Amino acid sequence: MAVDTSLNCYRKGFRDGIPIGLGYLSVSFTFGIMAVNTGLPVWLAVLISMTNLTSAGQFAGINLIYNQVPYIEMALTQLVINMRYALMSVTLSQKTDKSFNLLHRFLISFGITDEVFAVASGKKSEIGIRYMYGLITAPYLGWTTGTLLGAVASTLLPETVSSALNIAIYGMFIAIIIPPAKSSGPVLKVILISVGISCLIYYLPIFDFISDGFAIIICAVASSALGAVFHPVKEEVK
Amino acid sequence: MNLIYIAIMAAVTYCIRMLPMVLIRRKIENNFIKSFLFYVPYAVLGAMTFPAILSSTSSIYSAVAGTITAIFTALKEKSLLIVALSACFAVYITEWLIYIIAPA
Repeated sequence: MAVDTSLNCYRKGFRDGIPIGLGYLSVSFTFGIMAVNTGLPVWLAVLISMTNLTSAGQFAGINLIYNQVPYIEMALTQLVINMRYALMSVTLSQKTDKSFNLLHRFLISFGITDEVFAVASGKKSEIGIRYMYGLITAPYLGWTTGTLLGAVASTLLPETVSSALNIAIYGMFIAIIIPPAKSSGPVLKVILISVGISCLIYYLPIFDFISDGFAIIICAVASSALGAVFHPVKEEVK
Repeated sequence: MNLIYIAIMAAVTYCIRMLPMVLIRRKIENNFIKSFLFYVPYAVLGAMTFPAILSSTSSIYSAVAGTITAIFTALKEKSLLIVALSACFAVYITEWLIYIIAPA
């Protein structure tokens, strides 16, 4: 058991969250711009970011609000796009130490984003609740502040700049997955399989009925299962 | 009206995150599941990035330039922020060059 060496320090978590928060600034800035461009007032754009804290779901959400779709369609779209978080929550539930009581689990769940998950799950040891609160702080501030700034500045930004900012989030994802892929063959294989399936679903017309959010689940489940069958993880990663 | 939409978005998203965290409180012992969960982050992020990154900017050329820059700087193990900003910068420069060569 690695409980004694587990990571449970707010300041350490906060520091690890700073790059995520800075990265979120540009993405949520773009979200703020787009939300206002679809006709939402600034305060609603910020409210969405404060209560949702997710990128793909929010971008899809403002599109659905713009089209005034039935409520059930909004619920189902969010469910499919964000279902990946369930997978992440299951994974993180295995990395928590004893400081995660039920109340903390209710609170901390709100902050599980792709990047928070990536950083937390990449830690060698178990993680404690203080570390987790710290980790979530900067991303939350970055996400809401960026949305506010983007919404307010939406009319001021030239198109070339907002186009360039759109790639930021993907740059972050690449920065997260490439270093481990360099040092682990199985991780590289899983990534390549996942990307391969993702491209097939995206480019082949017969798969057009699969939504973006659901495509991610298919890719992740298939490639991770293959990885687990052919390269089971020997020593437990705690 | 819009507030109801936002409440639905927030509630669905929160439940997806909260239910597994609250319901699964014991350590999973099964080695297949443990291995599976070990690979999930990389698979998820890979699938979210490709091929979506190629249509994330206003031109495929700038997107390719940004992607190559991101992969290159990530291979050099630069920080998240540096990788992201380098990709943005490459996109900006490429679109500027395209504009110079062939003004829209």
